[in-house]
Amino acid sequence: MALIKAQNITKDYQTEDVVVHALQEVDFEIEPASFVSFVGPSGSGKTTILNLIGCLDKPTAGNMRIADTEVVGLGRKESAAFRGRHLGFIFQDFNLIPVLTVYENIEYPLIMVQNIAPQERKERISRMLAAVDMAGQAHKYPHQISGGQKQRVAVARALVTNPALVLADEPTANLDSHTAYAVIGLMKKMRDDFGTTFIFSTHDTKIVGEAEVIFRLEDGRLTAKEIKGGQGHD
Amino acid sequence: MINLFKIAIRNLIRYKRRTLLTASLITIGVIFVLVFVSITGSFKSMMIGQITDSMLGHLQIHRKGYVASIDNLPLNLNMKPKAYTKIATVLSATPEVETFSPRLKFGGMFSNFTETTNIRLNGVYPEKEFQTVPLLASRISEGKRGLNRGEILIPILLAKGLKVKLGDTVVIVATNADGSVNGKQFIVSGILESATGPGGRDGYVHIEDAAEVLRMSEAEISEVAVRLKDFSRLSSAVRQLESKTAGDVNKEGRPLFEVHSWEQLSPFFNIARMIDVMTFFIKIMLIAIVLISIMNVMIMAVYERIREIGTIAAIGTLPGRIRSMFIIEGFCLGIVGAATGVLLGAAVILIVNFVGIRFDFGQQQGLLLKATLQPADLLTVSVIVIIVAVAASLQPAIKASKMEPIEALRHV
Repeated sequence: MALIKAQNITKDYQTEDVVVHALQEVDFEIEPASFVSFVGPSGSGKTTILNLIGCLDKPTAGNMRIADTEVVGLGRKESAAFRGRHLGFIFQDFNLIPVLTVYENIEYPLIMVQNIAPQERKERISRMLAAVDMAGQAHKYPHQISGGQKQRVAVARALVTNPALVLADEPTANLDSHTAYAVIGLMKKMRDDFGTTFIFSTHDTKIVGEAEVIFRLEDGRLTAKEIKGGQGHD
Repeated sequence: MINLFKIAIRNLIRYKRRTLLTASLITIGVIFVLVFVSITGSFKSMMIGQITDSMLGHLQIHRKGYVASIDNLPLNLNMKPKAYTKIATVLSATPEVETFSPRLKFGGMFSNFTETTNIRLNGVYPEKEFQTVPLLASRISEGKRGLNRGEILIPILLAKGLKVKLGDTVVIVATNADGSVNGKQFIVSGILESATGPGGRDGYVHIEDAAEVLRMSEAEISEVAVRLKDFSRLSSAVRQLESKTAGDVNKEGRPLFEVHSWEQLSPFFNIARMIDVMTFFIKIMLIAIVLISIMNVMIMAVYERIREIGTIAAIGTLPGRIRSMFIIEGFCLGIVGAATGVLLGAAVILIVNFVGIRFDFGQQQGLLLKATLQPADLLTVSVIVIIVAVAASLQPAIKASKMEPIEALRHV
């Protein structure tokens, strides 16, 4: 059964004079534990589609079902609760909380979003710190670590709540090539270890090359779906 | 909750200079209010003490209508001995009453055999009077602190004006209730410093001498000054005595007695009210300082952290929790400002007391002000600051909690 099923998703933005059709009648399905990338030129609708999957925005029309929940009709609080339970986010600029240490940044969603008991919290964070190889930096603040390390912490923060789905908007855009490959490798390992689905929006060829499912977008329309090792279609 | 406090405190530390400036502003406001409240409150208490303990007493009981005509000292509105006995019985049976002093007040002529002037006199039982208004003794600047039959305590201005000294013989002449005139010689046994307020320039004689001058077979009573065990229970004591004396009515069925607290008898009460009004406005200023400074800081905090708000909202932090984060930040700022202000305010008050502030009030000179701080004042000021700090954080906090994560994340 698909983790995500999107039907006829349309998203329009009203500017002062014109209506911009960011997405037009997009249909797609994403299976659990996939490594998926939405690719396309700037303005093709990659980020819009990620925002919709992330329940950060609402489509103008269409339906979207994620983890057996119809998310389009969710209210503000319900959306936040849904994100906290099922989704993880990795941002292009890492978006770590500057007043919290590496450990506390990973701990944040467990305390503030999921209310996990202290003992379990400790175990999960230790596991994540080890998985992203940041155990030695746990007590450092974000300004004391490198960009690659920050993104590893962001990966750990996204995964520590055991989400079904992690959304990453241009996760390697601010990283050098070597670090970008390391972070992609880490995310893939996480997918293998925890069965989490990763969805990226990117035009980074490194990520595109590593993705197992690629959705190509152009002018707000889904133009192709490619499955590595399988059959693609236009 | 602990984590919300941790994040709030760290965010405050993150913007050290701004936090320090805002906390300093609140601290200065708190110090100013505490010092003002302490000094004016102490001044008020001191002056009330001076007025009640040197002449008025905490409350007074008169025959109905006497206070309205008190400037004339009307002898026909005195209580008859039987009526006074009733009042004395009521007062003796009232546990709040510490002591009371009956007075026979009258106006007369004062003569040193060469010059004559008018004088207002109180006929008193000296022992009862000195117990009821204990500061009266300290007003005797010359002479012995007491009063025997045949002796008179005269106000200093009269003594100076007529060049009367201790031990001089003077004559008091007064019109009696029946319209006849009588006189009696007295020895000046003491000179009284003036006190501000009604009765502050009156002389004193023994009540039996007063009755003799006024040709009363038994002393009638113009007023009964009452001292309470606990001054703070004044209102309840007045109510109690009013209800106890309400049963005594005249032939027309109207109450025979009236009970007045010092507040109704002394014009200083209006000054005391003014002090309270000024204190109120000073507190309003403090509220304005805290409100504006904290609101300003919190609006800036929200504006500077829009992307952070977007991030925590995106990862599932509920709007209520985001709101709490900012409210707690304002609360912590209020706590820091209030606590520092209270400590420094107390220190300033200690210094003020160490230096010693002297002032003149009416005829009384060189009064030493003892600034004291009531725990209730500390609590009130601290609670005001904290509540206002939280209130000032509400608007920015609500704004933060209502931000759309997608827009907040786009913010540059």
